[in-house]
Amino acid sequence: MSELLKVPTMAEFMAQGKQPEVLFWVGCSGSFDDRAKKITKAFVKLLNKANVEFAVLGTEESCTGDPAKRAGNEFLFQMQAVTNIEVLNAYEVKKIVTACPHCFNTIKNEYPELGGNYEVMHHTQFLKTLLDEGRLTIEGGKYKGKRITFHDPCYLGRANNVYEAPRELIQKLEAELVEMKNCKRNGLCCGAGGAQMFKDAEKGDKEVNIERTEQALDIKPEIIAAGCPFCNTMMTDGIKAKEKERDVAVMDIAELIANAQDL
Amino acid sequence: MNYLPNILFTIILIVGVGYFTKNVKKLIRNIKLGQDVDISDNKPQRWKNMAMIALGQSKMIRRPIAGFLHVVVYIGFIIINIEVLEIIIDGIFGTHRIGLKVIPKSVYGFLIGAFEVLAVLVFVSVILFWTRRNIIKLKRFWKSEMTSWPKNDGNFILYFEMVLMTLFLVMNATDLDFQAMNSGNVISQFIEPLFSNVSESTLHFIERGAWWLHIIGILVFLNYLYFSKHLHILLAFPNTYFGKLTPQGQFNNVEAVTKEVKMMMDPNIDPFAAPAEGTEGQIPAKFGASDVQDLSWVSLLNAYTCTECGRCTSECPANQTGKKLSPRKIMMDTRDRLEEVGKNIDTNKGEFKDDGKQLLDNYITREELWACTSCNACVEACPVSIDPLSIILEMRRYLVMEQSAAPVELNNMMSNIENNGAPWPYNQMDRLNWKNE
Repeated sequence: MSELLKVPTMAEFMAQGKQPEVLFWVGCSGSFDDRAKKITKAFVKLLNKANVEFAVLGTEESCTGDPAKRAGNEFLFQMQAVTNIEVLNAYEVKKIVTACPHCFNTIKNEYPELGGNYEVMHHTQFLKTLLDEGRLTIEGGKYKGKRITFHDPCYLGRANNVYEAPRELIQKLEAELVEMKNCKRNGLCCGAGGAQMFKDAEKGDKEVNIERTEQALDIKPEIIAAGCPFCNTMMTDGIKAKEKERDVAVMDIAELIANAQDL
Repeated sequence: MNYLPNILFTIILIVGVGYFTKNVKKLIRNIKLGQDVDISDNKPQRWKNMAMIALGQSKMIRRPIAGFLHVVVYIGFIIINIEVLEIIIDGIFGTHRIGLKVIPKSVYGFLIGAFEVLAVLVFVSVILFWTRRNIIKLKRFWKSEMTSWPKNDGNFILYFEMVLMTLFLVMNATDLDFQAMNSGNVISQFIEPLFSNVSESTLHFIERGAWWLHIIGILVFLNYLYFSKHLHILLAFPNTYFGKLTPQGQFNNVEAVTKEVKMMMDPNIDPFAAPAEGTEGQIPAKFGASDVQDLSWVSLLNAYTCTECGRCTSECPANQTGKKLSPRKIMMDTRDRLEEVGKNIDTNKGEFKDDGKQLLDNYITREELWACTSCNACVEACPVSIDPLSIILEMRRYLVMEQSAAPVELNNMMSNIENNGAPWPYNQMDRLNWKNE
């Protein structure tokens, strides 16, 4: 299937003197992490299906600087930001979509002060727009009637008040959306944010992802839907630790929609 | 006429208000020790936040039981304090219930009646608060930072309020003229029979005693505020006004770093040129915060505003999973250190003398700082717009940019970003390989 993926780069668009409708910011996770690459591909399939003229930066993309900033390294963050902004502005990028809430938050909120002003959307918001505009149809397919819970990524939910777009997409799958004890603005972190993804946790009596996984298992979902590659990793690890991989799947919303249509 | 009580009252009032004013000045001085940040933007939204969050208690009621009880005490506190106005006028001019001479008896009766009902409601709510703390032992009131003074402080405030409400009702119950008027004594008429065996002169003595203790109690309570977590009754208002308006996920930009980064990126700038005149002071002495003076004044106002309710800590994923980090402790430590710095300045004639201590390590440990996931749950939970996360971030900035003291795995992550543009050691040239896999 993969040879059918159309993934043009900004450089290719520019060579043809064209501007894409939107830039897909893949992010480090989406580019390199084996699990997250599947999310990237699922999202691209949906973009292809909806005939969206998008482009990626490819090898010109670099880390947004989010983990450096949260770790306290403002120098490194700003070096990354300024370099990325130079590339984005050179291509006259106006609109960006990304499947990573950390990239989303950083580009949307922290790049403007450094000269990068773009309309930034999370992929669930973008898919919702495609749906509303009639460019994409969503069918339940194999997810019809399944119990699905959505784990709010901190940097999408609390950080930017996006709670509804991912939920509306799940409901469009004709699935049964169930909520965990802590959801939306009270959502419990998966444990990866603030650069925790890249280090061992401090001493405690439990891992944060186990706590969150237990909250999810309490409501007996068949699928835990995620909207963030890091949350996805943490929840997948949690499910493995609880030896529930045969009963509960952790899937990105883009994957759910793409799989439902056998893309 | 004997003016002694009037004079005595006026002296007590002046001393009480004067000492409080002195401490408020100290409080403002201490807050101003923080870094200057300009918060003059978006005034309409700021007033709205103050009206909704502080005045309207909109975030308090997210936890319905505590929220409801708090609203009762809060409304009672504000409304019953109208009575203090009458007490002060009576005290200074030697009048008795001046309100009766100014407003119609029926209105006066209605007001006092409302105060009495509220006093009972406050009393009951305070008992329930005390029960939650001491009998039910709600977890958030028994965390490791809630021992000794913080624990006692919480209970002292409740005892104060119980005593003040009791004195108010006793004062009314033993006021023969007021009881005879039979208007507004909705509650105190049931307390009056308790004193039925007491002679009229003793009754008058009790009434005066309750009256004096009530007003002295209020002045003592007023002065207690500065030393207590209870300052929130005043500071919640400025604190919600100055609270963050940008999305919670947006961390502030460090301007000084921007200047240096721009300079590094600009090929036209001569790196060896002498700095332009007047720009020397613009480069900060240090990046991030190791002590309270390095934090913004808003963070310091936050610290004085914190009433140690612990909603932040109870929502913190790190704390929930047994890590040392407690956002409430971050705020309490910041205030304790700020007070220490303030006292240092007082004893050293207006100048801070290095005491070999700082907020970092002496109060807040690195282990706490590195346990934060920056999830903003603490910020969301705070009923008065306190932002513990901004303090954690500033202190991480100090650790990383001044001391290069990040955990080793984070140093690896950062050198990966520096070298190959990703937190993992993958080549930037491989970024699009997924397309063909």
